[in-house]
Amino acid sequence: MSVAPMERLFDGADWNFATLQRIHDACEQIALGELGLDVYPNQIEVITAEQMLDAYSSTGMPLFYKHWSFGKHFAHHEALYRKGLRDLAYEIVINSSPCVSYLMEENTATMQTLVIAHAAFGHNHFFKNNYLFKTWTDAEGILDYLDFAKGYIARCEERYGQVAVERTLDAAHALMSHGVHRHPGKSKLDLRQEEQRERDRRAHEEQIFNDLWRTVPAGPSKSISNISLERRRTALGLPQDNLLYFLEKSAPRLHAWQREILRIVRQIAQYFHPQRQTKVMNEGTATYVHYRIMTRLHELGAISDGNFLEFLRSHSNVVFQPAYDDPRFPGFNPYALGFAMMQDIERIVTAPEQEDREWFPEIAGSGDAMAVLRDVWANYRDESFISQFLSPHLMRQMRVFSLCDDPAQTEGVVISAIHDERGYRRIRRQLAREYDVSWTDPNIEIVDVDLAGDRRLLLRHSVVNGCLLQDKAAAQVLQSIADLWSYDVRLQEVDSLETVLKEHVASPRAMVRAA
Amino acid sequence: MNIVDRRLNPRGKALENRQRFLRRAKGVVQQAVKQSLQSRNIRDVLDGGEVSIPLDGMEEPSLRRGSGGTHDRVLPGNKTFIEGDVLPRSGGGGGGTPEKAGEGDGEDAFRFVLTREEFLNVFLDDLELPDLAKRRLTETEHESPVRAGYSVSGSPANIAVNRTTRLAMMRRMALRRPNPEAIARLEAEIAACEEDGLRLVLEDKVKALEAKVRRIPYIDPVDVRYRRYENEPKPVAQAVMFCLMDVSSSMTEHMKDLAKRFYMLLYIFLSRRYRHVELVFIRHTDRAEEVDEETFFHSPATGGTLVSSALEAMRSVIAKRYSPEDWNIYAAQASDGDNSYSDEAATERLLTEAILPVSQYFAYLEVGDADRGSSSQSALWKLYDKLRTEGAPLSIRRVGHRGEIFPVFRELFQRGQGRERVAS
Repeated sequence: MSVAPMERLFDGADWNFATLQRIHDACEQIALGELGLDVYPNQIEVITAEQMLDAYSSTGMPLFYKHWSFGKHFAHHEALYRKGLRDLAYEIVINSSPCVSYLMEENTATMQTLVIAHAAFGHNHFFKNNYLFKTWTDAEGILDYLDFAKGYIARCEERYGQVAVERTLDAAHALMSHGVHRHPGKSKLDLRQEEQRERDRRAHEEQIFNDLWRTVPAGPSKSISNISLERRRTALGLPQDNLLYFLEKSAPRLHAWQREILRIVRQIAQYFHPQRQTKVMNEGTATYVHYRIMTRLHELGAISDGNFLEFLRSHSNVVFQPAYDDPRFPGFNPYALGFAMMQDIERIVTAPEQEDREWFPEIAGSGDAMAVLRDVWANYRDESFISQFLSPHLMRQMRVFSLCDDPAQTEGVVISAIHDERGYRRIRRQLAREYDVSWTDPNIEIVDVDLAGDRRLLLRHSVVNGCLLQDKAAAQVLQSIADLWSYDVRLQEVDSLETVLKEHVASPRAMVRAA
Repeated sequence: MNIVDRRLNPRGKALENRQRFLRRAKGVVQQAVKQSLQSRNIRDVLDGGEVSIPLDGMEEPSLRRGSGGTHDRVLPGNKTFIEGDVLPRSGGGGGGTPEKAGEGDGEDAFRFVLTREEFLNVFLDDLELPDLAKRRLTETEHESPVRAGYSVSGSPANIAVNRTTRLAMMRRMALRRPNPEAIARLEAEIAACEEDGLRLVLEDKVKALEAKVRRIPYIDPVDVRYRRYENEPKPVAQAVMFCLMDVSSSMTEHMKDLAKRFYMLLYIFLSRRYRHVELVFIRHTDRAEEVDEETFFHSPATGGTLVSSALEAMRSVIAKRYSPEDWNIYAAQASDGDNSYSDEAATERLLTEAILPVSQYFAYLEVGDADRGSSSQSALWKLYDKLRTEGAPLSIRRVGHRGEIFPVFRELFQRGQGRERVAS
């Protein structure tokens, strides 16, 4: 902690690019020197409100293919923003290398400092070091890949018509939440290679194309009907929970370009999958880091008292957690929960109580908070993070309790646990489960298809706690699966005793078949 | 670290997605626009505005769990609960159960803002200026070069001599290039000089001056300027729309309001639909004058009523500025139907002889009181009705209430329909 007192970075609210540079350098000094963070090189981009709305509607990415749904989101956000119902985010950060952070031009100098500390160092460190991001995303390749995707889809639109492409994309988007590999089985994702592979495939097809094959009379097809059910499933890789992957590989009547579009959507879903699993940790990390950096900057005299108060005001807005009965209650605020847990870990490491020593023997009193936190940031996701590190102390502080809403219990909703000795572990397990994506997303698998027979695709939803799928949405999604598959599709909702609770059926629409 | 200023990037990146969305939502947006029109002032049409559409066919479904079954939830902010408490479901007072945060129903209606352009697009989608095709030569545009200042490069044929020499002179003066007279004067002095020393000094001076002359050219390439031309599109098919309105004292405020609304629609329609349409506003009492738009709509005037004065004014404007060979001429007249009896013959004569033969289309809008009896026919109506049955290209309509304006307007300009129909 031997950083010399700093020059004042700025006065008042105004900033220019030289100020941003100074702010970045000061933050970097603290982030790398004192907190020991490890970040991708930074790229800071200053944007307008309209551009921020743009970024909102295309999931924050600077370039994306064209689709009406993004226009819909844009219109929606814009209406809210125009009416003053909603503020825009101060910043958006992209998991890429270099790590791109968007700063709004309206921000004051203090806010820019906060945002740079938050995004360019907090998020950036998390992206670079968390195991999920390391396993599943390719920060160097993502922007190139998106560029390829955008170009590819635009070319498809030229060649096959906007309507056909739009339908394929609609269907693929509906399945996005079920288009990810949940377990790392294969080699690391390399998005740069993806583009090359697509080109190679096409070149190969063109090379081996011979029109003669069309004229060769087909002999009687080999009888494969007697293959056992078991072998059939294994051959197709069933059961398969990555619906998009299965359709891409096995749907019998898709064109090559449609498969490639499914692949693109799948890759993008996979890229965002880690973010879905680390909302609390990601925001918690960034909030903790900006809090540390801003405090330190203030201690060193780089930020005036007034500006520091401005920071504290927006910081406390960010980490505000309304209680359950507050009309503003939207659920747990990931910023608040994450930040509180990180601070709690810091407390446990530096000034543990007896209780903490019992609950966290490995880290309690070990002294180096940053080392522990860096380890946590690298090796956990929300679910494991909460189930490991939510302390009784914090549960008491937040006064958490757990509800059980069972329709069989006609009297009402039961309070199943509160923040007491009996409840700590149960609450912690329950909360961790709420952040487990594979628990919150319905578990749907493709279990069977008879390619030689009627080709009907059989899907299965393993129902947990009697929660069936939303009827209308399920019917629509099933319809798009049928459109892609081109034959009938059946979805069974099955409980743990193998009783079928409900069945959805869909047949492909004629228009798509013709396309 | 890099800092990139993205603010200068081209705007409207989301435009294409937005258009795709609007295209997909076209049916419902049109419905919503019609509904919102019923409750809004026509003046506000210019603003575009917010519409709310149902999300039919616009959902983005995904496989999610519904609300049935057993749910466990962890919530913060416990105040009085202890384990085992049972809370009555929804609405059961005393702190109550936490609200199930809007599942599904939040997205039923989707509100967003249409820009003025988009709003008008939807609003005027199936309207068309009648018979523009008849005398239209071609849709394409001429381009003709128009002078547009000077440039430093260009073809030698376009050298701007005046500008070039002026710049050269400025430069010569600024750099103090000696002029030939000064040198000649010195030479004369040398010739007249007898003292050797002085002559040497003078000769040196002359040499220096001559060197300077060589260094500073008379015309430098930096002086040269060329005339610059820009290609400007020249419309081939062009139309002029005459707006005639009676603003005499017999017109009540209500009637004026109706007429104004009609013209407002017309104005929006024209300025939106056709690029090469000019507007002429003529208001009349017992005498007519051509006015600008602002005066036409907002400035008060009183007097008697002589319709022929307006037609006369229109005729003279046509003669002066819009020759029928080059222009398609359209006219729309709004009046309460009053006309002094003595004027009828003049009106008819002007119409049949001067106005109608050169006009593509003449629409007459008779504005009345909201509670008028429908049977009484005004002098002007009778006259126009007679002309119409004789085959003149006239459309006549009556409007009594502001709610009727838009339907009548649509009727008049509906795409691809005959114009010889009268609503009575």
